[in-house]
Amino acid sequence: MKGIEQIVQEHPFFQGLDEAFCDLVCTCARNVRFDSGEYLFQEGGVADTLYLIRHGHVALEIAVPGRPAVRFQTLGDDELVGISWLVPPYRWAYDARAIELTRAIAMDAGCLRGKCESDHDLGYEVIKRLMPILIGRLQATRMQILDVYGAPE
Amino acid sequence: MRLSMPSDPMRPAPTRVLTRRREVADTWTLELEPGGTAERPFAPGQFNMLYVFGVGEIPISLSGDPASPHRQVHTVRAVGPVSRALAALGPDAAVGVRGPFGQGWPVEAAAGADVVLIAGGLGLAPLRPALYYILSRRARYGRVVLLYGARSPGDILFRRELERWRRRTDLEVRVTVDHAGSDWLGRVGVATNLVPLASFDPGDTVAFVCGPEVMMRFAVAALREAGVDTAAIYLSMERNMKCAIGHCGHCQFGPTFVCKDGPVLSFERIRGLLSRKEI
Amino acid sequence: MGKTSDAALITRVGVQRLIEVLTARGYQVIGPTVRNGAIGYDAIAGIGDFPVGWTDEQDGGHYRLRRRDDAAFFGYAVGPHSWKRYLHPPRLRLWRAQRSGDEMRIIDEDDEPPRYAFIGVRACELNAIAIQDKVFLGGPYVDPHYRSRREAIFTVAVNCAVAGGTCFCASMGTGPKVEAGFDLALTEIVHDGEHRFLVEPGTDFGAQVLAELPYRPAPPADIDTARAIVERTAQSMGREMPATDVPALLRRNLEHSRWDDVAERCLTCGNCTMVCPTCFCTSVEDETDLSGTMATRTRRWDSCFTMDFSYIHGGSVRSSTRARYRQWMTHKLSTWVEQFGTSGCVGCGRCISWCPVGIDITEEVRVLHEDECDGDDS
Repeated sequence: MKGIEQIVQEHPFFQGLDEAFCDLVCTCARNVRFDSGEYLFQEGGVADTLYLIRHGHVALEIAVPGRPAVRFQTLGDDELVGISWLVPPYRWAYDARAIELTRAIAMDAGCLRGKCESDHDLGYEVIKRLMPILIGRLQATRMQILDVYGAPE
Repeated sequence: MRLSMPSDPMRPAPTRVLTRRREVADTWTLELEPGGTAERPFAPGQFNMLYVFGVGEIPISLSGDPASPHRQVHTVRAVGPVSRALAALGPDAAVGVRGPFGQGWPVEAAAGADVVLIAGGLGLAPLRPALYYILSRRARYGRVVLLYGARSPGDILFRRELERWRRRTDLEVRVTVDHAGSDWLGRVGVATNLVPLASFDPGDTVAFVCGPEVMMRFAVAALREAGVDTAAIYLSMERNMKCAIGHCGHCQFGPTFVCKDGPVLSFERIRGLLSRKEI
Repeated sequence: MGKTSDAALITRVGVQRLIEVLTARGYQVIGPTVRNGAIGYDAIAGIGDFPVGWTDEQDGGHYRLRRRDDAAFFGYAVGPHSWKRYLHPPRLRLWRAQRSGDEMRIIDEDDEPPRYAFIGVRACELNAIAIQDKVFLGGPYVDPHYRSRREAIFTVAVNCAVAGGTCFCASMGTGPKVEAGFDLALTEIVHDGEHRFLVEPGTDFGAQVLAELPYRPAPPADIDTARAIVERTAQSMGREMPATDVPALLRRNLEHSRWDDVAERCLTCGNCTMVCPTCFCTSVEDETDLSGTMATRTRRWDSCFTMDFSYIHGGSVRSSTRARYRQWMTHKLSTWVEQFGTSGCVGCGRCISWCPVGIDITEEVRVLHEDECDGDDS
């Protein structure tokens, strides 16, 4: 069985991370699994974890009154779930639910923030890895807003 | 390939609807007789001009199998006066056909390489003949990937066929929707998110992209980021068309006439114009 | 052009005879004539229909007929008409469709146009016809309506003896001397001695027609006079296209602020496209009769200045005036070269004269060009 260090190192999010940094972040990491239908987190809850999916499929949803929840993104193998832990007030802005058996690395967000705060080089590394994901999601959101496949007026 | 045409390329051949099938809420697939000939051979990516009596004429891409030119299959979204009238035609109804017109997907030139097809919305229809073509000559191609983005699960075209394709081991099919309800177990997110998930050799890949222009621009960006050479990316463009033979001037996109130089154009040929406004 | 030794001299009587010979040979003779305060091209029966003693005064947004002090037949530049209205008619019924039940039948039009003889075709217009030939005959698809008209024409060209105030063919390399594409070419000599015309055959058929006219060999002095007339015309152009690589200049300046400036003035009326001898765009109209059993498809000239022109479901691709003017001008002067191997402009100046606000295509190019030159200096 693989140790958590190896699992963290093998995840694309931390690929190529300096070994000393890896040791630091690994102290915040643990293995988790979610059965299909199980929530990783729900809107309004304390955003205290960053999830790095190893295998599985997670749906992000927003509840809409009078309608079924709207699923606006799904995330799969090697992808990252949860960004709200990065900035105050550290509250989840949507629901995340496993829609099939999902194995992930859960990073204690308070722990990770603390390591980054005390070692800005590590903090910079983490932010550099987060930014492309954030920008990619921002661009995807822009395209969804355009509703390019919608019927013209 | 060019079909021998009657001397007046503006004269439609009368023909009739064989079958009509609803694909999604506002989109129907019509099968037509070829009209005035036993077969109307076409290349994947080409289109016909379809005339509805007294209403008008519009370009509609061929969405059927190029190996079956005795049936002209068209998938029509009912959004304007002519497309609405067309989509409402039942079996045996009369329709006029001119075509096929335009340059299709470079399916022959892509032989030997991996092929990535990226479709958005109704853009799956003009790509389907290319996929039929490739699958019927499967051994001649490397890995073949179909990435398809639709608005919602209810807007997915050719659903049963997608399921059949998904079961094939020699074809990678990935479908995503922009948004869904919680009963949808597939992917949610934009079509371009699928590019990094697909397995192909970016150094030896030809990409065919068809969908709304904005989606195609994002798809090109995703392909380039994945390492695909811009010279190997092809897009199917849409512009106003009245004649389909380069005479009416409406479909001009910079120096290209989309009707006769396209609708499939290499990205290299139009890259300077693609993100420019109001060209 | 014909060899100098073929040059002949005819008088007014000879021109009258030319009209008669062409009519006798079955041609409908079309030539310049005064209509509605302008010189247009219409059916003519004799030299009396020519705009005898008239000239045209032209400038940006300005066209007036003026009296000459002689009786010249061809003493003007060009009017609003061009020959495209005969070769590429403004309205043309393409076919009709008849429906009964689920049956539809296409009824072909009996498109048997007259054989036209054009008299008074200018060098710029010969070039315009050659350009439209590339559009309608030069591609993979041929327009049978254009072809049937075009193949039957007899062309009597005229070397220009005056340049209009908006003419710039000399800087486009399309005139004022006629070089090719005619059966007969005339040069009118009106200023010294007898009113006469130097005639040069451009085809064997032209030479045959010439042989039926009362002519005499052209004396060398008249050949020199004719050459001098055309040279003088070339020197007196009212406008000039800047001598630069215009297609590339426009490609580099698709986002120049000058497009906003011209958009402030342009009314998007489409006059420039209607009077242009090379503009070829069309649309189609579908109509049904009251019984609903007969439908008609008609082709008509269209203009890239209309909103509908670029409509795709949801809206027009070019909704701003800026974009529509840019489309017209960049097509005419730049992308046309990529499409057809030639500029779409022949320097006839019609778009300048007939623009209600006097937008000048040569001036628009000059501003872009000088802006780049200023940039080089700094």
